[in-house]
Amino acid sequence: MIELATPQAASKFRSEIKPTWCPGCGDFGVLNSLQTACATLNINPKDLVVVSGIGCSSNLPGFIHSYGMHTLHGRGVAVAQGVKLGNHALTVVATGGDGDGYGIGVGHFIHAVRRNINMTYIVMNNQIYGLTTGQASPTTSRSVKTKSTPGGNIENALNPLGLALMGGASFVARGFSGDANGLAEIMTKAIAHKGFSLVDVLSPCVTYNKMNTYAWFRERVYRLEEKGHDATSMEAALKASLDWDQRIALGVLYQVERPTYEEQDPATAEFGPLVTHKLGLSDSDWQAALKEFM
Amino acid sequence: MEVFNRMERQSAVVWIGGAAGDGVASTGDILAKTCSRSGLHYFAQSSYQSVIRGGHVVYQFQTASAPVYTHGDNFDLLIALNQDSVDLHIKSIQPGVGRGIVFNSDKVKLDAASLPAGTVAYGLPVGDLTAEFGRNPVMQNTLASGVFIYLMGLSWDIFEKAVRDQFGKKKAEIADLNVKVARKGFEYAQSKFQPIKDIVLKGDGKARMLMGANQAIALGAVAGGCTFYSAYPMTPASAIMHWLAPRAAKYGIVMKQCEDEIASINMAIGAGYSGVRAMTGTSGGGFALMTEALGLSGITEIPVVAVLVQRGGPSTGLPTKTEQGDLFQALGAGQGEYPKAVFAPISVEDAFHATVQSLNVAEKYQIPVILLSDLLLSEHLETVDPEAVTNKVPIERGPVVGSVGPDYKRYADTPSGVSPRVFPGVEGGQHVAASDEHDEDGVLISDIFTNPSTRVKMVKKRFRKMDGLARELAFQSIVKEGPAEADLTLVGWGSTYKTLKNIRLALEKEGLKVNHLQFRVAWPFPTEAAAKEWRSIKKAVLVENNYSGLFAKLLRQETGLTVAHHIRKFDGEPFNFSPLLERVKGLLKPGAPDIQYLVSSELDIPIKRVAVTA
Repeated sequence: MIELATPQAASKFRSEIKPTWCPGCGDFGVLNSLQTACATLNINPKDLVVVSGIGCSSNLPGFIHSYGMHTLHGRGVAVAQGVKLGNHALTVVATGGDGDGYGIGVGHFIHAVRRNINMTYIVMNNQIYGLTTGQASPTTSRSVKTKSTPGGNIENALNPLGLALMGGASFVARGFSGDANGLAEIMTKAIAHKGFSLVDVLSPCVTYNKMNTYAWFRERVYRLEEKGHDATSMEAALKASLDWDQRIALGVLYQVERPTYEEQDPATAEFGPLVTHKLGLSDSDWQAALKEFM
Repeated sequence: MEVFNRMERQSAVVWIGGAAGDGVASTGDILAKTCSRSGLHYFAQSSYQSVIRGGHVVYQFQTASAPVYTHGDNFDLLIALNQDSVDLHIKSIQPGVGRGIVFNSDKVKLDAASLPAGTVAYGLPVGDLTAEFGRNPVMQNTLASGVFIYLMGLSWDIFEKAVRDQFGKKKAEIADLNVKVARKGFEYAQSKFQPIKDIVLKGDGKARMLMGANQAIALGAVAGGCTFYSAYPMTPASAIMHWLAPRAAKYGIVMKQCEDEIASINMAIGAGYSGVRAMTGTSGGGFALMTEALGLSGITEIPVVAVLVQRGGPSTGLPTKTEQGDLFQALGAGQGEYPKAVFAPISVEDAFHATVQSLNVAEKYQIPVILLSDLLLSEHLETVDPEAVTNKVPIERGPVVGSVGPDYKRYADTPSGVSPRVFPGVEGGQHVAASDEHDEDGVLISDIFTNPSTRVKMVKKRFRKMDGLARELAFQSIVKEGPAEADLTLVGWGSTYKTLKNIRLALEKEGLKVNHLQFRVAWPFPTEAAAKEWRSIKKAVLVENNYSGLFAKLLRQETGLTVAHHIRKFDGEPFNFSPLLERVKGLLKPGAPDIQYLVSSELDIPIKRVAVTA
């Protein structure tokens, strides 16, 4: 058990901007847990950069007191990796939704997973496109009726945790925004993890997803740590990732140590954060460079 | 300019033809180094005739005692590595004593009687000559190189060192073998042939660099303080990545190959936000994917430089051919309106300086900058004086604050439109760089906060930056050469500069009064400078490597100015000197039409000729 920061301590991450989410939106819980996790890890708001794509959940950087970027639909993870490579002394958290990260941005997601840059990616997975008023998303279950699938969804839902595990992720977890403390604990572990960490959060859309409600999840969720789950076992993690209709695993499915990208690239590993590097070429490097052309 | 003296020439045009995989490029590299280290000027370009079986490649170079501006015309010497090379190129031989074709007489058929008088079929019995070395098929290149050195009267020692450098110390045995084979060719030529008497290649002893614009852009990037380059492989831009990758660890720069061009530019923008000078590079197809992110850079005011090396389009188009077809893609990239700059460097040297300038302009004005090159400029090879480039370049980052007060607003509405930046890590500077429209603090106004007056203020603030930028670039955007007033003005943009310069020099030599305007900045368009120049133009011809006259459209759009004569080429090849010279000369002849469009692949068959009086 992690001793979480108090709401008072977490309040240093409170922004003056009030969230624009619908009352009851799961994303409130995500914001709250993220603020608690950052406070628990004693992160200074000046050293935190929260980067999002586009969507309801991607408005989150505006609601947390830190540096932030609100980028393009699906591109938050790509931008966030650039921020971290630019200055790896910063704590970088990417946030977004299931459409943003598992739909239009799935290419960046899967490559970020295998690249293992030290950052955290929080996906507020509500299984629907909310900001565009309710179309099927990559994680919408089969048969669910949405504005774009009036006869019921005929595509299989994507399994983001399985995808991340197979992509070579070093940290894969799932949280539930109806379980604020559990989620804050998972986020604390994710941000503390050295490498790319994925936190898929079940974050109900109270307006457009009438199937996957808080009540629906509460009937199914269970905590992996209470079942003696071995988070170093790929087999156990894959097994847990496959649960859905009957029961849904919460917690850290998988966590292993792997060298991060910035530990392996000499430019960041040996010269320190890129932003501190001296610009231009020294006379000796310059002369040597010209000589190669002669 | 001895280039035009047909009696005794201090220049030579040499072609090396063969199938892909015959070693055309590596032979070219060795000969390039030999010429350059002999103090000669050098200009080469490779043409890939992918329609011919085996993928025919012809590497064309011109080398001379005086500066050379193009790859030249008909060849003095062809090194034919296969039968196709002879069959395809025999008609392009320059008549003259000793000119000829070097070929493997074991395999390639060449009827000496079919050659013009005085020219020579330099047949090499490759099998016999290389028997002692084990008959490796690639040996014919090396053998022919030795013959070339003898025929042109170049220094054996310089050549031998170039061969050894090509293979490096790790492959000393292969280098030894190649030197021996080349020597065999040299000695065979000594025993059978005469050096070409009226070609005199005398160098000035000066050490010059051999590079194309891709290398110049990469060098300009590191000299200009770029520490982050992200890209996805795409011809003809990949050589920038290839130059940076092996040097990145030494220089402390991140060279990140990404999953696609969308990630490349978005990562660069992320790195830019954290405070580093970031750049990305691609060709037209990849650039099309980047366009949404250019708008992100525009509205978040995060600097980024995107190199766009044009090739023949549309779609996959002509991957290994040149074209100036992406001007409007660069100008119109992305949805909505945002300030940007588009540089179109005119030479290898200028590509270096334009890269540094792009990095500076991007940061000073907090805008995306597009650096437009093309396959010709990026992939050709020429000698460049080392003094033409320098590491003592200005690195101008614009206003960046290291500490902020309580009133700090990231997007403060300043008179210049430029708001001081703050990088993450600074206490009190916290803000969101938002792709939605936002206020001076960076707070979104897009949805429920919609506020027309704030929107208007922020758009005007961003575009105000263009005023300063236009002032800064106003008189650096057009290069003018030749007399102030002339009977004919050659107009071009970007990579056509050296070809047009050569045309002007040739016409000048004939006593004609011709000058030359070359645009090196496409945006902000140098309206005032162009208008000033047009006041003294009598007759102008706009030469560009595309079908529909993109620059002519831009000129008219921005100034209302028109040009009466147009010469365009869109077959994927650059302009060749002689046919272009003839066309340009035709404009000065009595009775030339007032308005003329020559849109042709060969330039000698006008597809469309319009003669209309305005």
